[in-house]
Amino acid sequence: MSSSSVKNFARHARYVMTENPVTALAALLFLLIVIAAVAGPALVPYDPMATNDTRALQPPSWDHWFGTDHLGRDVFSRVVVATRLDLMISLAAVAMAFVIGSAMGAVAGYFGGWADRITGRLLDTIMAFPLFVLAMGVVAAAGNTIENIVYATAIINLPFYARMARAEVNIRRNAGFVQAARLSGNGDWRILAQHIFPNTLPPMMVQISLNMGWAILNAAGLSFIGLGVRPPTPEWGIMVAEGANFIVSGEWWLAFFPGVALMLAVFTFNLLGDGLRDLVDPQRRT
Amino acid sequence: MSIPLLDIKALTVEFGTRRGVVDAVRQVSVTVAKGETVGIVGESGSGKSVTSYAVMRILDRAGRIAGGSIVFGGINVGKADERTMRDLRGREMSMIFQNPRAALNPIRSVGRQIEDVLIEHSLATRADAREKAIDVLKAVRINDPESRYHAYPFELSGGMCQRVVIAIALACRPQLLIADEPTTGLDVTTQKAVMDLIRELTAERNMSTLLITHDLGLAAAYCDRIVVMEKGRVVEEADTATLFANPRHPYTRRLLQATPRLDSKVADLLPEEDSRRRTPSTRPPGETLLQVQDLVKVFPGKDKGDEYRAVDGLSFEVRSGESLGLVGESGCGKSTTSSMIMRLLDPTSGHILFNGEDIGAVPGKRFAGHSARASLQMVFQDPTDSLNPRWSARRSISDPLMRLASVGGSALRAKVEAVAEMVGLPDHLLDRFPHQLSGGQKARVGIARAIALEPKLLILDEPTAALDVSVQAVVLNLLVELRERLGMSYLFISHDLNVVRLLCERVLVMKAGRIVEQGSAEHLLDRPEHPYTRELLAAIPHPPSSPPRVSSESEDSVIAARWP
Repeated sequence: MSSSSVKNFARHARYVMTENPVTALAALLFLLIVIAAVAGPALVPYDPMATNDTRALQPPSWDHWFGTDHLGRDVFSRVVVATRLDLMISLAAVAMAFVIGSAMGAVAGYFGGWADRITGRLLDTIMAFPLFVLAMGVVAAAGNTIENIVYATAIINLPFYARMARAEVNIRRNAGFVQAARLSGNGDWRILAQHIFPNTLPPMMVQISLNMGWAILNAAGLSFIGLGVRPPTPEWGIMVAEGANFIVSGEWWLAFFPGVALMLAVFTFNLLGDGLRDLVDPQRRT
Repeated sequence: MSIPLLDIKALTVEFGTRRGVVDAVRQVSVTVAKGETVGIVGESGSGKSVTSYAVMRILDRAGRIAGGSIVFGGINVGKADERTMRDLRGREMSMIFQNPRAALNPIRSVGRQIEDVLIEHSLATRADAREKAIDVLKAVRINDPESRYHAYPFELSGGMCQRVVIAIALACRPQLLIADEPTTGLDVTTQKAVMDLIRELTAERNMSTLLITHDLGLAAAYCDRIVVMEKGRVVEEADTATLFANPRHPYTRRLLQATPRLDSKVADLLPEEDSRRRTPSTRPPGETLLQVQDLVKVFPGKDKGDEYRAVDGLSFEVRSGESLGLVGESGCGKSTTSSMIMRLLDPTSGHILFNGEDIGAVPGKRFAGHSARASLQMVFQDPTDSLNPRWSARRSISDPLMRLASVGGSALRAKVEAVAEMVGLPDHLLDRFPHQLSGGQKARVGIARAIALEPKLLILDEPTAALDVSVQAVVLNLLVELRERLGMSYLFISHDLNVVRLLCERVLVMKAGRIVEQGSAEHLLDRPEHPYTRELLAAIPHPPSSPPRVSSESEDSVIAARWP
């Protein structure tokens, strides 16, 4: 990568942002989420774990923007600090699902035959379960830890990548440039890894982005039903679960703000997809 | 003069793009009288298709008519409301598109699709639609229309699909037919059949036709008047006879010259002062380089009985330094043959001897590491499809050098630049991606990649089929030059006898997996023996064979401009 190609990329990124304001909005929100994840603990006004009986269940005010919960902890601080954990879980899960899933799908799509049949049936088996129930089962069976939430989320996301990679690789298997690569002395694996696979990335990016939102929701969902992350760790799903008990008595802010954070995160990743695709597709770079 | 049916005056069409507004068509004026056939000829990017889309008002969202007027039968198309346009389209003017298969709905039977048009324009009722649709199919000379009525597009050949598209276009007896490259991608014999059909039908019904094509020969054979477009402007407009007898604009002259005629040599395609002109040497070929013996490829069908013999007992040889042409129409097995020789496909039986070694016996999967890999290279038909869209030109050309010659670092850089220079690709284009290059530039990248390893045998699979004629002229001359410089042998595969003979001394004519005729190029052209060869030759539309520079023309060339 020379400096000119970096400059080109920056110019292209600027174009993608200005052409589609929704992408710019998504990028802004994404930046906010990243800042919260990286520097969250240093930025927040209160210790997210510090309880204070005298200030329990206070509505939003200047001192506590998002109010306080039943133990007197500052909801704003907890919502911001929780970003890192939620983002880490979903990022790890999506990365794992993408790497394993797309590798499986690419091999199945390129070689066909038995490789295709075996992966195909395996994916069908995964897809046959209600996915959230499968994730619950995995966590329940493997043990109630954060790692297991990551694995469970990765497993239920895997079929999407595998199927997509299979289809995208399959349509390019006999493309002219693949034949040309063969004439240039490339073996099957090199053709797959260097020629075909990179060309499947643009549509995969959309999938990754959509999946990120879904993975966040899934991790929060598992925590909501009491699997995975345990209190008092700040996490959006648990906070919504805890706060739900107080909604009937009028203390809406306990569940509302973590819920909004969750929604914004999912919303951001869903919007980001198209922009990401435009960014990694060289055909859009003129 | 009476009022023309279609009157385009000073039409300007703009497209909004990332780099600002671009004029695709500037100040174009064309008229089409009742019963007249007008050809718009131009190369890619000349704005010929955009003009026709503007007439139908089917420009895509980014495009808009920025100036001028289009009047069709007294209606101002530019200002008409969408309802009027819907009535006009299909009923008063229709269009035939380039790719007939893409223009048809794949999940509806063709009869139904014709009925849809008839019912939409209230020319048939549910009760008699079927009968009328069959009449329409009969009109486009489709055999057994009753059973074809139920056929789906995938069950029909390309030529048959185009007939159905014509049937749909003509179903409502429009006054104007716009044919946008109606025969690109069809075989020459099919092209002739389709074009003859269009001519007959339009004459029968006294319709006007606007034929949009890049092929001067085709326009010469079918049009009363020709409009030549370049870069969005009309550069010349004349009667067909006058245009060929006395082309005034330099661009028209260049285009005429680049179009291969019956008697032209490869150097004749470029202007005399062009330094890229080359004449093939008449050196006798050396010893045998490639020998193909009884080559057979059978593709298995669903049952044992319906297996398909794509290549059926083919034998021929290529000597070193020789160019052999392999000519045939789609489905004749020529591409299967080239894939087998290139070792991309394993033969069912037979031998491929390269320098005496039977490379056909080495499985294609393991051929990547074979010592003969570098000596056998290929230039593909579609320059866009054959380049990795994520790789720059430099990386594409480097790939074979890195894999097979183990060149790296600064030596690689130097070698790539040397090869690029050989094919006439400027340095600054090397870092571009395929979509940033023009068709001709992409073809050069493909050629550079193929010759980077200095192969002994180069297969050229219709290397100019996707290129404009002026680019084809340059590429063909380049190929002649490279053969001399690198001492390669060519196996030139094409459906176009006219192009093949420019480069090849010897030609094989293939049909249904077998060779039907072979011999020297001149012999085959002058005295074709097999009826199939004769049919192929007769189907190629030629511009008049006399050179366009001579201005005194007789009536003969006008007749010659029709059909040879």
